Amino acid sequence: MTAFLTNLLGRLPIGWLQLVHNKARLAAAIAGVAFANILIFMQLGFQGALIESIRLPYIAMNADIIISGSDVNTMADGSPLPRQRMFEALSVPGVATATPFYLAKLDWKQSDGSERSLDIFGIDPSAKTFKLDEVNSSLDRITLLDRAMIDRETRNVSKVIFEDLNAGKPYIFETRGRTLTIIGTFAIGGGFSTDGYFIVSDQTFLKLFPQRSSGAPNHILVTLENGQNLDTMVKRLQARIPTYDALVQTVDQAVTRDQRFQTTQKPVGLIFGFGVAIGILVGIIIVYQVLSTDVADHLREYATFKAIGYPSRFFLGIVFEEAFVLALFGFIPGVFISIGLYAVVSNVTGLPITMPLSRPLLVLIGTFVMCGLSGAIATRRLANANPADLF
Amino acid sequence: MATIVRNNVGSTVREPPIDIQGLNHSFGSSEIRIQVLFDINLTMRRGELTVLLGASGSGKTTLLTLIGCLRRVEEGSVRLLGNELNGASENMLVQSRRSLGFIFQAHNLHESLTAMQNVRMGLEVHGRDATRNWEKSAEHLLTLVGLSDRLHYLPGSLSGGQKQRVAVARALVGNPDIVFADEPTAALDKVSGLQVVNMLKQLGKKRGTTTLMVTHDNRILDLADRIITLDEGRIIGDERPTY
Ligand SMILES: Nc1ncnc2c1ncn2[C@@H]1O[C@H](COP(=O)(O)OP(=O)(O)OP(=O)(O)O)[C@@H](O)[C@H]1O
Ligand SMILES: [Mg+2]
Repeated sequence: MTAFLTNLLGRLPIGWLQLVHNKARLAAAIAGVAFANILIFMQLGFQGALIESIRLPYIAMNADIIISGSDVNTMADGSPLPRQRMFEALSVPGVATATPFYLAKLDWKQSDGSERSLDIFGIDPSAKTFKLDEVNSSLDRITLLDRAMIDRETRNVSKVIFEDLNAGKPYIFETRGRTLTIIGTFAIGGGFSTDGYFIVSDQTFLKLFPQRSSGAPNHILVTLENGQNLDTMVKRLQARIPTYDALVQTVDQAVTRDQRFQTTQKPVGLIFGFGVAIGILVGIIIVYQVLSTDVADHLREYATFKAIGYPSRFFLGIVFEEAFVLALFGFIPGVFISIGLYAVVSNVTGLPITMPLSRPLLVLIGTFVMCGLSGAIATRRLANANPADLF
Repeated sequence: MATIVRNNVGSTVREPPIDIQGLNHSFGSSEIRIQVLFDINLTMRRGELTVLLGASGSGKTTLLTLIGCLRRVEEGSVRLLGNELNGASENMLVQSRRSLGFIFQAHNLHESLTAMQNVRMGLEVHGRDATRNWEKSAEHLLTLVGLSDRLHYLPGSLSGGQKQRVAVARALVGNPDIVFADEPTAALDKVSGLQVVNMLKQLGKKRGTTTLMVTHDNRILDLADRIITLDEGRIIGDERPTY
């Protein structure tokens, strides 16, 4: 390493040698940077999971365009809109299908007495509302009243239920004064606002939620005829459908709007952003602490080098060299521990926490910037190295 | 004399390496200003070992740091290797220091660097030079000061005398024109103190280095070419001992 750095820098790697000389300090500094990295990775992981879990139900929909209540932010929070909008949409040339989509929260009591909160979708069983094969092939079975399908990635539910369902054994439970029979599974995956999903027919949905009306679905899913331009069609639909109670968006736009809202307006999203900031702050403070102590400890040596004729930038070089060594050596354990933690957390929570390739790269660059910043602050102490004081 | 005179700051070989005229120096500002050097006039010859004597507080260190470009000359003239230091830019002072060697009372070696690496720092300051091998030069100097078997030791595992000898090697490895030493033997026992100064003198003679040394050590006086005595900031004695 010393030889490598000597060649790289064209001088003795004083910063590196200083760090290695004080092993305890080096270990503490690396642990600190690694800790800050893990903090940042975990926050980004959760944030990524939030963003991904928001996307999952949308991409399962068989839709190009989604029409929602004009006050919509997330899939679940908009007001229902008149079903009339569906007929208006169907009258627009280029629209292939338009189907109502009902949505609510359903509490499901487990055998141990605890409750799971799932989103329940009510769909028209004669339409292809989802791109999920298992759902589409079971449409005739959920047409029957009080039949449901369940997301097998639903969190904190006894695996036995899904094993039984796989083996063809339906699962029966009571909710909202009715007896539901789960007859099959599909896969979407829960997120932060829901443990998982149920799919039922619109009739079953309306029986479960009698206050809801068939004339007021939450969304209307629109598919286009082949070869239609998405943006043109959005414009056409917007022209046809009144804007005071309905919002026309592509599914991508709906996903983006939902993600932006949940990451910037909702507490969960904000906390993750805040957590990243805390991680960066922790890193900056730890690295600054280490570097400034190190500078203070070597003031005599630096003053000596100044007397010998080394210019100020030489000392900046040493501090930044140390900053970058710490960044790199802290990052390596940080990223590996984080990958391990992702696996653990994703296993325990069922959240889609994964490590996209771009994230380590981003965090590494961020770590360099973070350490460089700490180094820059620490160099202020260099001014105290006055060679005249050496005698 | 086989001396290498670097001309990186435009020094001329003819001029005396150090030429001081009417130098005054004060510390502090306006009301509490205390003058510590008064009308110093001094010219030094190349290759000589000059010893600076004087009671504590007489201004020896102050004079040394002024000539050594470690402190700004404010009143009077100091010409170092042909360059006027009064009014010189910071950059110029840094440049000038590279033609100088410093040996401090404390060795001031870098604790994380081996003897070799410490000496090498005295070379790297001159920038890369294809004709010179840093490792070889450092090893050569350490051999000259009798530390060929301690090249890769960290200062922590060297004795006080050995550390000071590494410091001597570091000061000399860049072939300085002038070496400044402020009580280099103060932290050493008699034997190693004498050894270090002897070494300094031998190497200085061989290379034509001008040496200015502050010391209280009487045995070292015997090695001096010239002895200058300071008292309360004034030169009160200037003699060349004859043996
Ligand atoms: N940075 C400074 N600020 C103010 N006064 C100073 C400073 N440095 C030295 N002095 C004063 O200048 C005078 C000369 O100090 P100097 O260090 O040159 O003496 P010296 O001859 O080297 O003494 P010693 O033998 O004790 O090292 C002293 O009175 C000292 O207190
Ligand atoms: Mg002194």
